Amino acid sequence: MAEEMRVVLRNYGKIDPLKIEDYINAGGYQALEKARSMSQTDVIEEVRKSGLRGRGGAGFNAGQKWNFAFQAQADQKYVICNADEGEPGTYKDRTIMQGDPHSVLEGMAICGYAIGASKGYIYCRGEYPYVVDLLNQAIDQAREKGVLGDFDIEVRMGAGAYVCGEETALIESIEGHRGEPRFKPPYPPVSGLWGKPTIVNNVETLASVPVILEKGGDWYAGLGAASYPGTKVLTLTGDVVNKTVIEVPTNTTICEVIYDFGGGIAGGKAFKAVQIGGTSGAFIPESLLDTQIDFDSMSAAGASLGSGAVLVMDETRDIVDVVCRIAKFFEHESCGKCAPCREGTMRLHKLMNKLNAGEGSAADIALLNKLGRVMSVACLCGLGQAAPSPVLTTIKHFQPDYNAKLQ
Amino acid sequence: MDYKEIMAPYQDLPGGIIEAFHAIQKEQSYLTEDAIIAAAELFEIPVKDAYGVATFYSYFSVNSRGRNVIRICESAPCHIAGANEVIAALEKELGIKMGESTPDGKFALEFAECVGQCQATPVITINGKPYGDVNAEKIPAILAEYE
Ligand SMILES: Cc1cc2nc3c(=O)[nH]c(=O)nc-3n(C[C@H](O)[C@H](O)[C@H](O)COP(=O)(O)O)c2cc1C
Ligand code: SF4
Ligand code: FES
Repeated sequence: MAEEMRVVLRNYGKIDPLKIEDYINAGGYQALEKARSMSQTDVIEEVRKSGLRGRGGAGFNAGQKWNFAFQAQADQKYVICNADEGEPGTYKDRTIMQGDPHSVLEGMAICGYAIGASKGYIYCRGEYPYVVDLLNQAIDQAREKGVLGDFDIEVRMGAGAYVCGEETALIESIEGHRGEPRFKPPYPPVSGLWGKPTIVNNVETLASVPVILEKGGDWYAGLGAASYPGTKVLTLTGDVVNKTVIEVPTNTTICEVIYDFGGGIAGGKAFKAVQIGGTSGAFIPESLLDTQIDFDSMSAAGASLGSGAVLVMDETRDIVDVVCRIAKFFEHESCGKCAPCREGTMRLHKLMNKLNAGEGSAADIALLNKLGRVMSVACLCGLGQAAPSPVLTTIKHFQPDYNAKLQ
Repeated sequence: MDYKEIMAPYQDLPGGIIEAFHAIQKEQSYLTEDAIIAAAELFEIPVKDAYGVATFYSYFSVNSRGRNVIRICESAPCHIAGANEVIAALEKELGIKMGESTPDGKFALEFAECVGQCQATPVITINGKPYGDVNAEKIPAILAEYE
């Protein structure tokens, strides 16, 4: 099997996550100490220089984002760790938090120092009550040891809403409201939690920070693909031999992920499709398997890296049925705030149901194409904008599957 | 049940109503009208807003349901791994349909989206505890844990 490159998961399986001593003995909390001996701008510059881009899906340069919050003038600022991980097929943030919770706490504290925030929140999804318990234990230990200094971290638990992974919906939820996305701008680094400058970063992004401080931005910038350096933690699901979590440099190709790390298609069957980035990701055909998984290569191929979920489907899978199921997901998870998504996700699901039942026509496929294009520009947040992606990409790459179900 | 007492620890927590609702559901698995009204008073918000929060999140229920909430993941990875067979087996074993509760009030059956255990599809959770690689044969033993 090909070699993984474990940067974020450097301590995974090697230390007892519930023993802070283990983390400290492995060099933990030294990066925070180092950061605190540097100026705030130097810390931000180191992270910017590393080229680290958000691992939550949007791919924004982390250092640049921190700089916006650093420059904002306010009496209080916040750091939020986005541990909502709602994208189906994704369990990498859970793996990171369960295997090495202190790496996340340390990353948050470094961010807090850099932007001038004394308070952090971890918003952990309601599906992970056992992770909430573990995080609270880790925070207690860090407090006892005094390693976090005057930086305080509180865990808040979500309650089963996919849209709360969207950063402004997440902020609404911490404030105790319905998790409906806000109009942007202003963006959270300027006005976020309770109107204060706020950095929202993904678990994996934050867990990458200590090692960047320790080994330097230049070191990190040299790993993987030049425009999206570093590693990515991926979760393999579906018809793949090794249903597991892996961490690979970002210049790894999809083909290598499935065949070298995933061990190929289960049961000796043939490959049909792979959906990357979770349920809002594109369906990718065999012809695009040589694409590198980095953010920009995936975008150029009309796909997205997203959360790093890799759902492999073999030749026996009914693509139209799977997309129909996905359309139901979006109808259910749409928050209803804006009409193009509230109505659009419902229509997408109805049309997909009709096609899946063998009652659709070519006109329905044309309608889906048109509706999908409108939604991808007219919806208020990324949920509605990305919802049509599985529909549009399967119509494009798997047209025969649709044709086979036409009336 | 003294709802205000259960929610009191969260009263001074900014935005703490969601944590307070979690605390109530730990005691009785759903949110009664009285509980929502008590939350509105405690957090000094209109009842309609407290109700709005209670109804927004899938894990909160404003309808009575069984004590042990069984959730079946039907997201795409679990769907292709055979979630439908697990659903059929659970419905048969409990004699109820999805969305219903057993007459003795012991179990509720609900759909869920991905619960983040996709290395072991199909997955169900009971009161948040995950069970992976579930199939019809395994169900009686799993349910027996909650007798
Ligand atoms: C519908 C929707 C769901 C999202 N879910 C998540 C999530 O579960 N976890 C996450 O980190 N980011 C999620 N995001 C992206 C966040 O809005 C935000 O970009 C991210 O947390 C920023 O962190 P990063 O820069 O470290 O990636 C979601 C976005 C949308 C539109
Ligand atoms: S796009 Fe969908 S989820 Fe996003 S704000 Fe509009 S209705 Fe809500
Ligand atoms: S898809 Fe079912 S647990 Fe993730």
